[in-house]
Amino acid sequence: MNETIKLKDMSRKDDKPLVKLRNEELMPLPAPLDSPERDREFAPLSGQTREKYECGLDDTCALNIPKPASKEEEDELVLKFLAGLEKLFTRENNWTFLEPLVLSMEHCAKCQTCSDSCHIYEASGENELYRPNFRSEVMRRLYFKHVKHGGLVSAWQHGDITVNWPLVARLAELSYRCNLCRRCAQTCPIGADNGLVAHELRKLFSQEMGIAGKEIHDDGSMLQLKVGSSTGMNALVVKDNIEFIDEDVEDMTGIKVETPWDVEGADVLLIHNAGEIMAWPENPGAFALILQEAGIKWTLSSEVAGYDSINYGLWYDDAQFARVAIKHAEAAKKLGVKKIVLGECGHAHKALSVIADRVLTGELNIPRESSMTLLHDIVMNNRIKLDPSRNDFPVTLHDPCNLVRLMGVVEPQREIIRKICPRFREMTPHGVENYCCGGGSGFAIMSGNNFSDWRHHVSGRKKLEQILNAFEECLDPSLNKYVCAPCSNCKGQIRDILAYYEMWEKHHILYGGLVELIVNAMVDAKPGFIEWDWH
Amino acid sequence: MTLMLFSILYLTGLIFLIGCIVRFFMYARLPLHLRWELYPVPHEAPHRAAHGGSYFEDLDWWEKPKESSLIGEARVMVPEILFLKALWEHNRTLWFRSFPFHFGLYLLIGTALLVAASGLFGLFAPSLAAGGAGNALHIVCIVCGGAGAVLAISGAMGLLIRRLGDAKLKNYTTPGDIFNLLFFIAALGITLAGYLTQGADAPGMAGIAAAVLSFDTSVPVPVLLGIGLILLGLLCAYIPMTHMSHFIGKYFTYHSVRWSDEPNRRGGAIEKKLMEYLTYRPTWSAKHMKADGKKTWADVATTNPTDGE
Repeated sequence: MNETIKLKDMSRKDDKPLVKLRNEELMPLPAPLDSPERDREFAPLSGQTREKYECGLDDTCALNIPKPASKEEEDELVLKFLAGLEKLFTRENNWTFLEPLVLSMEHCAKCQTCSDSCHIYEASGENELYRPNFRSEVMRRLYFKHVKHGGLVSAWQHGDITVNWPLVARLAELSYRCNLCRRCAQTCPIGADNGLVAHELRKLFSQEMGIAGKEIHDDGSMLQLKVGSSTGMNALVVKDNIEFIDEDVEDMTGIKVETPWDVEGADVLLIHNAGEIMAWPENPGAFALILQEAGIKWTLSSEVAGYDSINYGLWYDDAQFARVAIKHAEAAKKLGVKKIVLGECGHAHKALSVIADRVLTGELNIPRESSMTLLHDIVMNNRIKLDPSRNDFPVTLHDPCNLVRLMGVVEPQREIIRKICPRFREMTPHGVENYCCGGGSGFAIMSGNNFSDWRHHVSGRKKLEQILNAFEECLDPSLNKYVCAPCSNCKGQIRDILAYYEMWEKHHILYGGLVELIVNAMVDAKPGFIEWDWH
Repeated sequence: MTLMLFSILYLTGLIFLIGCIVRFFMYARLPLHLRWELYPVPHEAPHRAAHGGSYFEDLDWWEKPKESSLIGEARVMVPEILFLKALWEHNRTLWFRSFPFHFGLYLLIGTALLVAASGLFGLFAPSLAAGGAGNALHIVCIVCGGAGAVLAISGAMGLLIRRLGDAKLKNYTTPGDIFNLLFFIAALGITLAGYLTQGADAPGMAGIAAAVLSFDTSVPVPVLLGIGLILLGLLCAYIPMTHMSHFIGKYFTYHSVRWSDEPNRRGGAIEKKLMEYLTYRPTWSAKHMKADGKKTWADVATTNPTDGE
């Protein structure tokens, strides 16, 4: 059993991890995974990783922060951290989130109401390190000591903390043990926001110290700004892939599909998460078929970033965020479309519709809409003929946090599913009180070292529990079941946890998007668009 | 003693007022931040607020008038302010301590206002104050004040016991947190004891209020009651300097953050503010930021850090 760690342990100078996770201490899973010894073992970090990188937090390592070579280098990094901390609280550097951050620093009553709402804290067996307020309390003490320059009275009132390199390195890692789902903020009686604190810490590390997850920075926003997509695909490759997808959809449905590119003056510029094109080509294919059959005047864009809606800056860097959002808006402006519609990608929804709303000005402020809304209009107004009996299998719906709790798009996707899936059942809880899939804030694409073990065991555990409970009475593998996740990152995470626990092999639980269910029910298409096969 | 007491009451009252105003404007003057709302947003149209939905659920939402329901907000705010509904829903154990504490304070604030009214009554309409209306007001003050003091003290004691006894809170409890609760218990307890032990010839709360309002220092205030009132005054002056001023912070966390869903319209007030912020010059020093302190946010946001790579 882990001893309860203390805030001061963050400054501990040894590089021994503060906690060690054991299967028997994690939140129990329901049947058939109700026995901890049947759970998979956590792969240990390699000796080489431990030697080269800062791994003093827990069993995993998300950032690969190199160990400083000397005490001087350590001190320099600490000074840089403190400079960044100061900048976080200035209007010139952080007008973007200054007000909510200051409020969360100054008004937490430390009542710990937030803890019970956090899926990571619960799944970890209530490990103190993952209490949502643990990280925030460290930050709060740093704020009063080093930003407000509080003396002894302040330390007496707000608590003291020693800042050194081990603390800084651990805090950087700890900012990547939160999905930024903000479920905790929803339950805070005062409105303090631990998710925001983790977000702001990530910004400090990225914007001042150049420390960020490789998958979301180097291979994410930087690659997107360089070639147009974090997948590495340039416009030519994307067009090629889409052409193949159109052909595949024609083969599968018997309906000829032609995806339009760069149509000036179109009503709709559809932007997919380009990961769909590579990992789940049936999703953009289904979109193309639905929009075409519904008679929508739509287009894709081949401009840089215009064909990839991802915006990883949302999770860790305001500048990267704004740069990508502007690229998206510029692509729409160039084509003169009436609106941008976001495909099935939760963070792209929130990034461009909500957060970028106070970034895009003048002609770049082009209306943005969720594909859930457009699809709802198409389905509920019978603009395509659908036969619900084709979807006569158990279906449950995952609510992507960015789309639902953080944007308020709750019902359109539900109404569609209620109409076309006769055996739909909700997860508990759902809607704005949903649980994150465990892949939020970039985790779904982060798998360096043994990080994927951590997200399967800990951050994704609650979602796995919800899925198993939703299908509790029909786990028999002779019956196909479908988890609908209208978000690319959520889909990736759900794929990974289902695969990790062999949920397809043992219980025939498959996952996919919303448009696949719609096409599967299309009367004019050949039956069987959903392939009951693991992919 | 009376002169000192009255001076302290005026001074601490003034500090409380100034402290609250300063804190309020400190938050109000912070720049408009990027949107960070959290659903449900209760001022949404009722059919959407019921499930936590937003105007983003409407097709072509920007072409429709934005509905905003003050009644919807009030339906959430009133139970939240009066009965701490969020705590009831998410942390029932704490509610049983926190609710009596806060509700007791509300009753005490109400009592203080009524006592002040009695004082004014006594100053400007002494014959009426001595009659039935004055007596009725006196009884209301006793009931409200008594109930308020008992609730607030027992709530504060409950909070203190929890803070000292719950291992989960140990990491997060500072000496200041303990002091704050003890301060409440002491100030309220001594005032209550002072009131209960005052002699038959004591001026009573209305009499003291009238004396404070007219600065009549000839009125003898019982010593224990005087000490209690001094402590209450100091407590009031102290509150705006601590996180206990969350009655101010909470207004902003709810209205400026959680429920702030106003869309940015071309040429609108939000855009005007953004245009100003985009002229700020950030100094973030990571290489990819390309922020040298001379470039504005607009420059930084339109710089591609991969150019030339």
